[in-house]
Amino acid sequence: MSRLRILVGTKKGAFILTGDGRRERWEVSGPHFGGWEIYHLTGSPVDPERLYASQTSGWFGQVMQRSNDGGKTWEVAGNEFKYEGTPGRHKWYDGTPHPWEFKRIWHLEPSLTDPDTVFAGAEDAALFQTEDGGRSWKEFPGLREAKGHLWQPGAGGMGLHTILLTPGDAKRITVAISAAGVFRTEDAGKTWQASNRGLKSSYELPDPDAEVGHCVHRIARHRSRPGVLFMQKHWDVMRSDNAGESWREVSGNLPSDFGFPIEVHAHEPETVYVVPIKSDSEHYPPDGKLRVYRSRTGGMEWEALTKGLPQKDCYVNVLREAMAVDGLEPCGVYFGTTGGQVYASADSGDTWNPVVRDLPAVLSVEAQTLP
Amino acid sequence: MIRVLLPYHLRTLAGVPGEVRLEVGSPVTVRAVLDALESGYPALRGTIREQGTGRRRPFVRFFACKEDLSLQPPESGLPEAVATGAEPLLIVGAMAGG
Repeated sequence: MSRLRILVGTKKGAFILTGDGRRERWEVSGPHFGGWEIYHLTGSPVDPERLYASQTSGWFGQVMQRSNDGGKTWEVAGNEFKYEGTPGRHKWYDGTPHPWEFKRIWHLEPSLTDPDTVFAGAEDAALFQTEDGGRSWKEFPGLREAKGHLWQPGAGGMGLHTILLTPGDAKRITVAISAAGVFRTEDAGKTWQASNRGLKSSYELPDPDAEVGHCVHRIARHRSRPGVLFMQKHWDVMRSDNAGESWREVSGNLPSDFGFPIEVHAHEPETVYVVPIKSDSEHYPPDGKLRVYRSRTGGMEWEALTKGLPQKDCYVNVLREAMAVDGLEPCGVYFGTTGGQVYASADSGDTWNPVVRDLPAVLSVEAQTLP
Repeated sequence: MIRVLLPYHLRTLAGVPGEVRLEVGSPVTVRAVLDALESGYPALRGTIREQGTGRRRPFVRFFACKEDLSLQPPESGLPEAVATGAEPLLIVGAMAGG
């Protein structure tokens, strides 16, 4: 029977939840790197024992960790993230120019074919890559040339948080940055184009249809259909059917179209999950009810999934990196909250159970399906 | 022999249970001690001073002999008591909650 490993990054360390294929019994290991913020930990799709973790601290900066045994032991990897050339300036919150400064790695995306190759999304926004298992990192400076002087930080900082690699086409990479928008390359990272046509930011930007500057929170897609992208924007849930060339809104009947994570079912490319949050000013679920919403039609029509989730007095948030699906049948769905709960559903979201209830605030959740 | 006391998180990262002892040539400066420390414990690179610029991280402080040496130029000499090993150099995370 398959096993599962849920990798959880929190404000105060990493936790690894190991479950059997029925997803009923779980063992919890951790905290790993106790006391440090773990923005993201994830595994290689071609070698699930190879894990990478982004470990950060306001005091001691960025540390990268690597494991070759599924998180039982860890070794420190390289942490020198140097912007190529003169990094220049981006917009600060008040619109003034502000120098580019490396702060931390938000997201790690291991290569689809090589466990030693990993892409890393940074704050201040940039894309880095290692080809030697994390010993050294090199930036793709062409990304910042896509009008980087107009990018600005969101409330959480100016981070590159989404990296979509394309199965069968290593030259096409799509990234998303808060608050700059979506960018893609067709030449393996040398040149980049903004891919924000159709996004509308009426309350955040002086020009709601601006080419860059949109606060994209997360993008997800099904591996079998790399051209179909689903986005949770600051406000609005969006969809693209042409790999980001243009976007249309699919918020439909959601109680709020503000939120952070978005995920796609492992076996149904038109089944999408979001967690509506009341507003950009009130980062908690509407009406104190924690509800995952599922669309089986690729957006527009959404149903609330509530069974097993608190339906009163719940005021947690679910952050952009804190939702994942497994590869089992039926598909498992997982998400973590800022209240420290990790919920699991073994039936595509119909029912939920807490795996753990009292972790530190959850920053990221990844699901590994193991043989 | 120079004695260095690291904050908890850096002791964990470096895998050292307590005080670190380092051989440092003369003159004994903050920069020379940090060079020796990072050479002996590469996991600490970038955590006390920034990669590239070598600047002290803003929330890291250097104390010794009841003095705050954080703002001294890194090439200035450390107190005699630190250079002789009578007193440790304390590398401290600034009080900032957490």
